Amino acid sequence: MFAIVLVLTAVFLGLYALGTDRAFQEVAEFEQDPTFQAVDERTLAGATLLGLAMFGTLFLGAVLAVFLTHAVVRGDAERGLLQPLVVRPLGRTTLLGARFLAAAAVCGLYAAGLFAATAGITYWTGSWWPDRFWLPAAELAAAAVVVCMLSLLGSVFLSATANGIAVFMLVGAGIVGGLLGQIGAALDSETLVDVAEKASWALPFEALYQDALHAISSESFGLTGELLQLGPFGGAQSAGDALWPWVVGYLALAGGVAALAFGRKDL
Amino acid sequence: MRDDDARTRGRRLDLRPNDLREHEVAERATCLPALEPVLCDDAFRPRARVQPVQSLEPVNAREPVAGPAALLGRDEVPGEHAGVLLGEAEAADPFDDLLQHAAPYSNGVPAALQTRALAKRYGTIEALRGVELEVGEGELVGLLGPNGAGKSTLVKIAVGLVHATRGEATVCGAPAGSGAARASLGYLAELFRFPGWYSADEVLLLHQRLAGSGGGEAERTELLRLVGLLDARRRKVDAMSKGMQQRLGIAQALVGSPRLLLLDEPTSALDPAGRRTVRRLLEELRARGVAVLLNSHLLSEVELVCDRVVIITGGSVVAAGTPAELSRARGVEIETAAGLREFPDATRDDAPRLVAELVAAGQRIYEVRVRRTSLEETYLHAVGEDAT
Repeated sequence: MFAIVLVLTAVFLGLYALGTDRAFQEVAEFEQDPTFQAVDERTLAGATLLGLAMFGTLFLGAVLAVFLTHAVVRGDAERGLLQPLVVRPLGRTTLLGARFLAAAAVCGLYAAGLFAATAGITYWTGSWWPDRFWLPAAELAAAAVVVCMLSLLGSVFLSATANGIAVFMLVGAGIVGGLLGQIGAALDSETLVDVAEKASWALPFEALYQDALHAISSESFGLTGELLQLGPFGGAQSAGDALWPWVVGYLALAGGVAALAFGRKDL
Repeated sequence: MRDDDARTRGRRLDLRPNDLREHEVAERATCLPALEPVLCDDAFRPRARVQPVQSLEPVNAREPVAGPAALLGRDEVPGEHAGVLLGEAEAADPFDDLLQHAAPYSNGVPAALQTRALAKRYGTIEALRGVELEVGEGELVGLLGPNGAGKSTLVKIAVGLVHATRGEATVCGAPAGSGAARASLGYLAELFRFPGWYSADEVLLLHQRLAGSGGGEAERTELLRLVGLLDARRRKVDAMSKGMQQRLGIAQALVGSPRLLLLDEPTSALDPAGRRTVRRLLEELRARGVAVLLNSHLLSEVELVCDRVVIITGGSVVAAGTPAELSRARGVEIETAAGLREFPDATRDDAPRLVAELVAAGQRIYEVRVRRTSLEETYLHAVGEDAT
């Protein structure tokens, strides 16, 4: 399982390095052209490429999160792995909490590390560094943790396979919601923006991802900033100060429901 | 007809002394000649067989009733009942005194496991119906029953995996499922697995940590030696045979020196040598004062090692006792030169006289056997499958 994630990560980083190197070589040619003087080509390319990498980071972080938590309760119970543990004096809530903390730590560190690696590759190939580093790293880590919690909650009710499919569908739905928001902002459609906003609050990993996208180019203004916001990987707007309290509350609520349901479940 | 007032299993009709409506009385009365009514208490625990009457008769409940009786039906006049009066019958069937529940101990020491009117319902299915069971300290009790009888459900309630619908269960005085209860027991599930990448030693180390056991390497070494896996302590679970994994499961159940051990089919995957190892282990545990509840389909194993046997079917206890109590004399067989002579009504005490008579009659005697019912015969009769 971990080997699959490591292989995917290595392939991803290798392809990203190759892609960014080629892209910045093209950018170097545009920089000499006076037609594009109003646009910071390097920032536009760097932010867009890093935004793409952040999309990949979110996806790989979600893959790892699901791998680690999709079978915590029902899947492991069906295989007979859970019962020998639950009958110990440990307590079900402690067991569930421990599994979540372990998975969240691994996924969070993985997502932050992958972001750092892609930021480093972007700087190495194109000499571009994001406007903010630690906030988007923390937000991508938190997004992976949210996916962990959703998968853990689903594992109480669903079989391993069903839970994995359901969580990936949720991740996809969240990402599509975010893209709808980008399109809505570009087309000035309040309906699309409203749908995207609701999806972001219902699935806060998407809100964290969008806010991280906004953060990497938050100090880009003028035509460059407008072009970035219109792009698929440019965060149109910040989520605001309520994001982190909402994420913490969301995790607490989902965790509470999972613990309560697990405590009542017949194994 | 209300199902909660009476219950029919095979030819046996369990009746509680609750009131039924008159039209239900008529239905019951017509069924009685074809059935064997058994008087039960409110929890459907059998108390006595009764002799059915052949017709519906009015009864005045103010008149004294001799012996246990069940009244069916009620009219609107307080103190008077219209219905069938059932009286006590003498036991004629040698299996009749199987109709006893697992009697509780009353020596003041908390039983290792005790259940009171334990019931569990899964949707519309009643897996357990008011089970009364006790396992005393240092006692080895075998739990028998057909598939779907409720054995595993009972064990799972005791270890806290399943929540009871009604009734209660305690482990060493603590409510089943509580931390104190779980700290006192060891459990081996019928279907269990350990992470494949763990070695045998690492599995036991994990369970030592979970159980809060300070036994350290010495405990792990002793447990692996007990189950015959000392040479394989570094072997990964994935590389073990099913029998080795089963023995490792028994070892993990013993981590932390539990006072009660619940084993669900512990020998199902073992060869005869492995089963003997487990039998000896259970005997050693009993000598150490560890109580064991053994859930098994292997009647021969249960008969060899258990102090008491409880037979459960349809969610209820239908028989309980020591293997000797549950078996009955079924006559004497004497092999002579002229062939086998059977004396179905003779007992062990009659054997010398019978031999002397046959010898006096000129017969040559080669073998004398006192026949007893086997646990299998008792079990099949108790679960109602001896006619098939």
